[in-house]
Amino acid sequence: MKLIYEKSSPGRKGVRPPESDVFAKIEIPSALMRKKPAELPEVSELDVVRHFTELSRRNFGVDTNFYPLGSCTMKYNPKMCEQAAKMEGFAALHPLLPQLRLGGMLTQGALQILHDCAALLCEITGMAEFTMQPMAGAHGELTGIMLIAAYHNSRGSKKTKVIVPDSAHGTNPASAAIAGYSVVTVKSNSRGVMDLEEFEKTLDDETAAVMLTSPNTLGLFNADLQRIVELARSKDALMYYDGANLNAILGRCRPGDMGFDVVHLNLHKTFATPHGGGGPGAGPVGVSEKLIPFLPISRVVKRSDGTFALDYDHPQSIGYIAPFYGNFGVILKAYAYILALGREGLVRVSETAVLNANYLMSKLKIAYELPYDRICKHEFVLSASKQMKNGVRALDIAKALIDRGFHPPTVYFPLIVKESIMIEPTETESKETLDAFAEAMLEVARVADENPEALRAAPSKTPVSRLDEVKAVKKADFAYIPNA
Amino acid sequence: MPYIPHTEEELNEMLEAVGASSLDDLFADIPASLSPRSFDLPKGKPEHEVLRTLRGLAAKNATQLVNFVGGGFYDHFIPAAVDPIVSRSEFYTAYTPYQPETSQGTLQAIYEYQTAICRLVEMDVSNASLYDGGTALYEASMMAVRATGRKKIIVDQGVSPIYRVMLESYTSNLGLQFEQIPISGGVTDRKKIKDALGSDIAAVIVQNPNFFGCVDDFSDISKMAKEAGAMVICSVYPLSLGLIKPPGTMGADIVTGEGQSLGLPLSFGGPYLGFMAARSENARRMPGRIVGATEDTQGRRGFVLTLQTREQHIRREKATSNICSNEALCALSALVYMCLLGKGGLQQVARVCAEKAAYTRKRLSQIPGVNIKYPAPTFNEFAVELPRDAGTVIGDLIEKGFAAGFPLGRYYEGMERSMLVAVTEKRTKEEIGRLAEALEEVLS
Repeated sequence: MKLIYEKSSPGRKGVRPPESDVFAKIEIPSALMRKKPAELPEVSELDVVRHFTELSRRNFGVDTNFYPLGSCTMKYNPKMCEQAAKMEGFAALHPLLPQLRLGGMLTQGALQILHDCAALLCEITGMAEFTMQPMAGAHGELTGIMLIAAYHNSRGSKKTKVIVPDSAHGTNPASAAIAGYSVVTVKSNSRGVMDLEEFEKTLDDETAAVMLTSPNTLGLFNADLQRIVELARSKDALMYYDGANLNAILGRCRPGDMGFDVVHLNLHKTFATPHGGGGPGAGPVGVSEKLIPFLPISRVVKRSDGTFALDYDHPQSIGYIAPFYGNFGVILKAYAYILALGREGLVRVSETAVLNANYLMSKLKIAYELPYDRICKHEFVLSASKQMKNGVRALDIAKALIDRGFHPPTVYFPLIVKESIMIEPTETESKETLDAFAEAMLEVARVADENPEALRAAPSKTPVSRLDEVKAVKKADFAYIPNA
Repeated sequence: MPYIPHTEEELNEMLEAVGASSLDDLFADIPASLSPRSFDLPKGKPEHEVLRTLRGLAAKNATQLVNFVGGGFYDHFIPAAVDPIVSRSEFYTAYTPYQPETSQGTLQAIYEYQTAICRLVEMDVSNASLYDGGTALYEASMMAVRATGRKKIIVDQGVSPIYRVMLESYTSNLGLQFEQIPISGGVTDRKKIKDALGSDIAAVIVQNPNFFGCVDDFSDISKMAKEAGAMVICSVYPLSLGLIKPPGTMGADIVTGEGQSLGLPLSFGGPYLGFMAARSENARRMPGRIVGATEDTQGRRGFVLTLQTREQHIRREKATSNICSNEALCALSALVYMCLLGKGGLQQVARVCAEKAAYTRKRLSQIPGVNIKYPAPTFNEFAVELPRDAGTVIGDLIEKGFAAGFPLGRYYEGMERSMLVAVTEKRTKEEIGRLAEALEEVLS
């Protein structure tokens, strides 16, 4: 398919922008002016609409295909939430208005949403307070680790390391490192959770925090959790809860009750805001009482008269981690989702998400190796080890699923399972969809036995076949240059 | 239950298939001692009621004010075709394009976006986008620190104060040092920058137009920095580049900025779009996703996420950044906007902004007691000096239906009487005239 730049014709225009209705001379000297206009495409509105409509048809999304991408919680994104975010009173609201004198009164609706959404998240997680500012999950992690650093620094304690299990998302160690800590990785045991003995050996007075995901990336709940929290406490290390997998435990347990000090949530996972092809998301962070003084500013507070205001008077705060109040448009969608589902709905979310995962697992373990065979939570991890005997890799299975109309599961993550296939169906998928997917997976396993070559050519029904990633690195072609 | 399709019958069938007698069985691995102490949430509501509640809250936001507030975030015209395109759910319900064969739509769009950014700022390589202009500036600073092995950065105070405090927050635990250089006459103080430069400086950060709206050419600063072995990071207002000199031609090493002006709604502070572009030699030092062109097994052009060995899912604690996504949908909005406006349209919008701002600047300066704060040339935003506290004047003008400007004293000590006024192509001669009259009235 052509690039939009290859469809350009000199003189063509896509839109007639506002015109000048004033007579005024621009007083910018020519030395400060651009000499040649930027080479943006010259196309009509219809050219643009057709081009991007055609591009959109070269994508799989939740709305077009089952998308069981493990660890990403690709649930359905309700249209109501999209409609809410487009309301003029939200979309056109300038973020600096509350900074004007008495300006808080100009944005009461928006401030109330930030305040009330944070309060709902506190109740859902059992945390004492939330900041809505982090703009993604990884951003929430970084914020969380900065809070932990500020806490230890305030007590004059110079701790240097953060413990992360080997099953953690790659963002965990990266976030800890970027906040200035050295990272120590602890291996998982044969039950698929962090090895308690090795953890005890690694944990010491230098440990600032322990980052855990529970259920972890294998979809397994860690029964040693209470013990881990106690041990960490004994060394004055704080507990960090990666909320990426919160969908599995809504209404069943809360990080706050379990003794965690920091938790980040991914609103684009558990709270159904769209992933957008890789953003924007939102990664609000909740904390226990003792970390409240360090939360970012500004903070939204409710005054005794019921109005809302921004509060900056927190001398121990880590400061500003976002230009304003976070990804407000995303937070708003999550808020609408929580209001629609309510208590019963959210409980039903985790129940059916876990049921769907266990149902698929029970169907697939016949044909695929299941390294950790126990009740899973919202997701489970298979291995293509049986199929590897015929030279069929997890990647081949993923590509074969594409031809059968399914977005592939996550493959090659977590790293602790060889040829891993990580499946997260989510609660919004019906039994029929799960059955159809299971059938496709089982059929692929049969083909892997009988005619493995056939899988290596997949996918064949997509606009492009397998792409040469080595060539991409070698070519280093990151922007279009005509006739290059 | 909304969005959950299971019937009672199906629930039972599925429970039986997994060998569980109840849903509770599936949670038997969570110890009873961990049961929630409370889960006291409101009852769910029908869609219609949720939307009614939200409409009520939307009505409590004063979006009806005629807006002259900017500060790096602007009320620009958004062509009607942007929203229907980015609302195609094949785009917005997809995730990061790990499987390129099912994601050519997103991947090609990002490649086209990277191309547009490179052409706009005149640099070689752009990443797939970052959270916002402030985090982009922080990531650029870290790039410079890694590239030079130095830990001190010079920051011009014309750089957005919102971004400068973010830089301080992010690096407070990393032993970095920022040296803030006060402006002179509204623009960067060359002499002070020169004096501050030395063999310990990783980068000089400047902004164009700066927070006061003043337009500059940093070529001389790039030259000085280069001699000292430091990088130049320039934060820009992308829409202004329809008219003013691009940072790539000023010798900048890294260009960042906030992409909100390119077709994104103000949306009370986000989601926005951080962009970043650099010279080829620094491509591998960039944080975040990068899309590259390649070929499939049949020689057809296709696109993939590339240079992934810099990233956290491979490198874990050794990654260039902890970022694992971009603002893909916002980048798509910006791309669609730039395509609809095109080569001539972006130029026209920038010109109309500048003309209306010039008109407003002249009109306001005719009001007794109002003076233009800096003589330096400005693009679409400028500072005026008022005869009394700007905060109270702005408060008075809210009563008259205007968000008239931003009180600079909020961020700069000693500027309590200064107001920053932004004018976009959407403002009309009539609105500008009414603002001038209202200002004159509240000052008299």
